[in-house]
Amino acid sequence: MAYVARVEARVLDVDGLDALIAALRDRGWEVVGPTVRSQSIVYDAVASVGDLPRGWGDEQEGGAFRLVRRDDGALFGHNVGHDSLKRFLFPPRVPVWHATAGGPVERTEEQPRYAFLGVRSCDLHAVAIQDRVFMGDRYVEPDYAARREDAFFVAVNCGQAGGTCFCVSMGTGPRAESGYDLALTELIDDRGHRFLVEVGSERGADVLAALPSGMAGEVDVAMAREASDNAAASMGRELDTTDIRDLLMGNLAHARWDDVAERCLSCTNCTLVCPTCFCHTVEDRTDLAGQEAERERVWDSCFSLDHSYIHGGSVRGSGRSRYRQWMTHKLATWIDQFGTSGCVGCGRCITWCPVAIDITEEAAAIRATDMRHADDR
Amino acid sequence: MVAPETVGAQSLLPAPFRVASVRRETHDTWTLALEPEDGAELPAFAPGQFAMLYAFGAGEVPISVSAIGDGTLVHTIRSVGAVTGRLCALREGDTIGVRGPYGTAWPLATAAGRDVVVVAGGIGLAPLRPVVHELVAHPERYGRVTILYGGRTPDELLYRDELSVWGAHVTVDAAGPDWRGRVGLVTKLLPVIAGDPAGAIAMMCGPDVMMHFTALALTDRGFAPDAVWVSLERSMKCAVGHCGHCQLGPLFVCKDGPVVRHDAVAALTAVREL
Amino acid sequence: MQTIAELLTDVPALAALSPEHRDTIAGCARNRVFRDGEEVMRAGEPADTFHVIREGAVALETFVPQGGPVIVETLHDGELLGWSWLVPPYRVAFDCRAVGTTHTFEFDGACLRGKCDADPALGYDLLKLVAGVMLERLQGTRLRLLDVYGRTTGGRA
Repeated sequence: MAYVARVEARVLDVDGLDALIAALRDRGWEVVGPTVRSQSIVYDAVASVGDLPRGWGDEQEGGAFRLVRRDDGALFGHNVGHDSLKRFLFPPRVPVWHATAGGPVERTEEQPRYAFLGVRSCDLHAVAIQDRVFMGDRYVEPDYAARREDAFFVAVNCGQAGGTCFCVSMGTGPRAESGYDLALTELIDDRGHRFLVEVGSERGADVLAALPSGMAGEVDVAMAREASDNAAASMGRELDTTDIRDLLMGNLAHARWDDVAERCLSCTNCTLVCPTCFCHTVEDRTDLAGQEAERERVWDSCFSLDHSYIHGGSVRGSGRSRYRQWMTHKLATWIDQFGTSGCVGCGRCITWCPVAIDITEEAAAIRATDMRHADDR
Repeated sequence: MVAPETVGAQSLLPAPFRVASVRRETHDTWTLALEPEDGAELPAFAPGQFAMLYAFGAGEVPISVSAIGDGTLVHTIRSVGAVTGRLCALREGDTIGVRGPYGTAWPLATAAGRDVVVVAGGIGLAPLRPVVHELVAHPERYGRVTILYGGRTPDELLYRDELSVWGAHVTVDAAGPDWRGRVGLVTKLLPVIAGDPAGAIAMMCGPDVMMHFTALALTDRGFAPDAVWVSLERSMKCAVGHCGHCQLGPLFVCKDGPVVRHDAVAALTAVREL
Repeated sequence: MQTIAELLTDVPALAALSPEHRDTIAGCARNRVFRDGEEVMRAGEPADTFHVIREGAVALETFVPQGGPVIVETLHDGELLGWSWLVPPYRVAFDCRAVGTTHTFEFDGACLRGKCDADPALGYDLLKLVAGVMLERLQGTRLRLLDVYGRTTGGRA
């Protein structure tokens, strides 16, 4: 249900942000936010503002990512790294059940309550998309549902676009419109380093009420809007989504698939970094005595040969067919299945592809030579 | 926390069943009759639906139900890999994990009052057997019933003791000299279908190649495009539409199938490696 | 008592022939009856006849050394048996034996070859008819070659 803000925007300074982190922790949430690690931005436990990537921005292009220094000390002056909330809500490996002679028993490990700090609009949309996949139909994924139940979201509105971003094309940003409890926009000028705070839920309002916030003036609100406009105007990529479902499903024999297949390594990086990819498999194992067995749910990728294997062989044997599966699922058949695109325009698949394959470029190439308009042979 | 039920489609936990009987059909295919342990209630399977059968420590495979009724779930399994190999080695009294039912069922309600043609190829007869049982048990509900079955060799035919009871028309790809039945492609059996195909309904299951050519032959003979139903097969890990393995274009075969109308998927199955 | 010409009008396999051509070939036909297991044609012998099965079945068989006899096809009511009479070297390819008591129309292929040479229109009609049979048999055989019910589901490395 859409939350209609009854609370006006407020302003927090950096100490106030520290207080927010503490307040969330006091209320039993594990606060997870962006940190610098492995020369990228990685979501990790955040104890205070000191753990955030102060003064770090990033430069991203196809197949390239590097952190760069900013001179303004911004805490959220970077865009998204390879990591996403998928790793917390839909972890790479979770136990499903454990069995003895008496039969299988669901693994009831205590699920952490995460408060995610610094979530970009694209990633909020990605969470909503995975909500639809795992909880929106006949069957509910119990582990995802449990992790998701109490999750708290503090969004951050990007002040600049990343080098491969195209959330504007996908209608998923740059401003967070829904799906958050609180949304911050970082403002830095001679009036200080502060955050405009917008409220997106009842409990977001409750948490904010306990913090030392000030009133947001018109100038702050305007500055926040301008930051978002700046981000919107500086998108690294564009993807024309007009009729994209029919465009791709009508071009399944397009020569472009052969072209991309020559470049694609089937390395599965794109599916690993994509915040909406949900394919997984199960691994069943037993102890040496054969007395106890367990099952784990494990991330999988449609780029693997195993993904489509049935007795006799894989249905998608060629790399060409597997790239086509990924891209047509992400941009086209996802719409049939779940009512929205599977792509949030975060650009990760472009940045983290070792050979810089660009989903927006592939879509544009197919659109430019749409076989549906070719003369009948 | 979502509470698991002992067995049922909502649960990801296999429920323990006991193997009540084992019958060897061919050199690599066995039929197992399963009953719930602890007097639990047998879940209601419809013809065409499948269960995920779990071999302890080895894994799960999706297997269509091949007979329903008399308090057991019956599945016919071909030994083609690690998990099916273990399942086919089970003996009476052994424990097997079962979860289900999953998937869509054969359109028996739609078949009421109509001529029905069942075309099965190889192990594809197993998911169709519950349909045949229904057609044979209740002829008053349906028009003319024709059962067509193609197998590899006479030794690899399933349910041999039932085929003649059903009045099935059988053919094999090749045979030894003692075989007194038909040798030839299953589509060669189509001329035995009596009556006007325009109002008839056909249900098919078998290898993709066989279903493709049989569907063509059926529509050539006058079957309406929306009257031919097939059962699809894809890799399945979860059976609940979450793992992504079973996709055929926009369809999740585990929940949008496996039984689908042929004309609804023809454009998808025509694309290589989709 | 119907003449062969009249009986041939009921054979679907010959439906494409004009009545005139059907009468012509009827003139080269006679009734045959084969007991269960009786040889209809033998592999290697000159192909001077072909049959249309009226009632019964014929198994086409070959022998695979160390494997034994294999039935590669069975033909049934209304089907055409034999086309080697049309194509040099006019040699029968497979053993053909009756399965159950089998009635056929047996056609004198050598005689018909002569008539076709003299009347190309007849030859063209017969050839079209046989081509249709061959197409169906070849497609069926090619698909069986895939061995789709086998363990590899038809794929080949």
